[in-house]
Amino acid sequence: MSITFDNVSKKYNNDYVALDEVSFVIKPNEFVSIVGPSGAGKTTLLRMLLAEERPTHGRVLLHDIDIHLLSGKDINFVRRKIGAVFQDFRLLPHKNVYENIAFAMEAAGRPDEEIESDVPHVLELVDLGSKIWNFPHELSGGEKQRVAIARAIVNQPDIIIADEPTGNLDPVNTYDIVQILKKINNLGTTVILTTHNKGVIDSIGRRVITIQDGRIVRDDMTGKYIL
Amino acid sequence: MEKIEFKTKLKRVIKAGFFNFWRSGYISFASILVMIITLSVIGGVIFIGAVLNITMAELRNKVDINVYFITTAPENDILSLKTKIETLPEVSSVEYINREQALDNFRLRHENDQITIQALEELGDNPLGAVLNIKAKEPSQYEGIANFLNEENILSSQGQKIIDKINYFENRTAIDKLSRIVNSVENLGLVTSLALVIVSIIITFNTVRLTIYISREEISVMQLVGASKNYVKGPFVATGILVGLISGLVTTILFFPICYWLGNTTQNFFIGLNVFDYYIGNFFQIAFIIIFSGVAIGAVSSFLAVRKYLKL
Repeated sequence: MSITFDNVSKKYNNDYVALDEVSFVIKPNEFVSIVGPSGAGKTTLLRMLLAEERPTHGRVLLHDIDIHLLSGKDINFVRRKIGAVFQDFRLLPHKNVYENIAFAMEAAGRPDEEIESDVPHVLELVDLGSKIWNFPHELSGGEKQRVAIARAIVNQPDIIIADEPTGNLDPVNTYDIVQILKKINNLGTTVILTTHNKGVIDSIGRRVITIQDGRIVRDDMTGKYIL
Repeated sequence: MEKIEFKTKLKRVIKAGFFNFWRSGYISFASILVMIITLSVIGGVIFIGAVLNITMAELRNKVDINVYFITTAPENDILSLKTKIETLPEVSSVEYINREQALDNFRLRHENDQITIQALEELGDNPLGAVLNIKAKEPSQYEGIANFLNEENILSSQGQKIIDKINYFENRTAIDKLSRIVNSVENLGLVTSLALVIVSIIITFNTVRLTIYISREEISVMQLVGASKNYVKGPFVATGILVGLISGLVTTILFFPICYWLGNTTQNFFIGLNVFDYYIGNFFQIAFIIIFSGVAIGAVSSFLAVRKYLKL
């Protein structure tokens, strides 16, 4: 599923411009990093893809569907096709690891047998099989992020959005998370990653879109972190 | 994507609601406490209503008009007057006490009063006339009945005046006051209990809202992974229903010792109503009202509270 940002602008309170006529296309199975200083508009961009925010102008297309013209019900379907991972993990605190992942599958209307077989499998994929019955508060940051990734990929989405997923992690965990994202990409999923971490970008060696003050200033196919 | 059955969805919602309730133990406990207070207020209102109703009915029963006849009044005339009064729409009952009964009653009342009894003996003849006790349906209707008796120039078949006196005009101020009190107590009782019920429901509502406010981040995460609105709402409503159900059960159980303890006090204080007997006698209705109120308040307040944090 290709992603198209077509001349997208976002203004807050009519004067603060978060995004200014941003246009780009992400082809299926790409691994794209979006970099830029804080407040450049990276998160706004991702939030629009999840239909959490509406553009002031322009269109955001998934394949050829403008997602901001969809009803709330259809947005739920789109969200099940997009797995999201955040800096602050956003796990459900009263559910254990198994239930956190199962919840995403339940939300997608998957039957019990599939949930029972897929959850342990996806946890093995992020190397967290031993913590299946733990609650989020019993996990380290790196472990929480792996649960979040497992939750994001369990419905076999077409796209993974990772908004600063390594922002709260130490270098070892950062490296692991990036490896997992690369693995997911190799299995055929589009990955969109935002980060501040120069080392992460340089180690991936894939397409990099650089945003500054709401505008795209660079778009390199095998980019480095340049600011 | 496979479609799953409604039954599976329902099972998941109930399970999630139960876990939600169980794992946020302290918060659930607090909601239950607040809910118990609300349900106790609702139950209390039922009891107060019953006590008021029964007490008022008793008081009303105690009010009557006594029509005293002269000693020579013929019984036939009195009985025909009784029939006439009974046809009045305001009258609920008329009791005839003949001269002998009146004397017996008098003797009984003055059993321990030797002087009065002696005086009565010395008179030889029965000095008491027959009496009609008239009860109205409403305290406010006594005046009309009294006026009817006064205006109708009631004479015997021989054209002689047979009514000695009607005690309404002596009791009038007392009766007026009582009927005013009866009305205001009923109105006040209604307004106060309504106000109490509303206030406690609002407090419960806000408690539930706070517990869900704590979960607002969770709600947004659930939506972010693509859960539909109803699937997010469901477990919270299930938790609310569970809180209501448990609170309702605890409240009905708590009412046993409370009513037992209050039973004798109320029996002495209010006219003849033992709240414990009343509770036992009407247990199923009262328990149903309390538990149903709990479930309804829990479900509705959870439903409304979650809705506030749902986007899309």
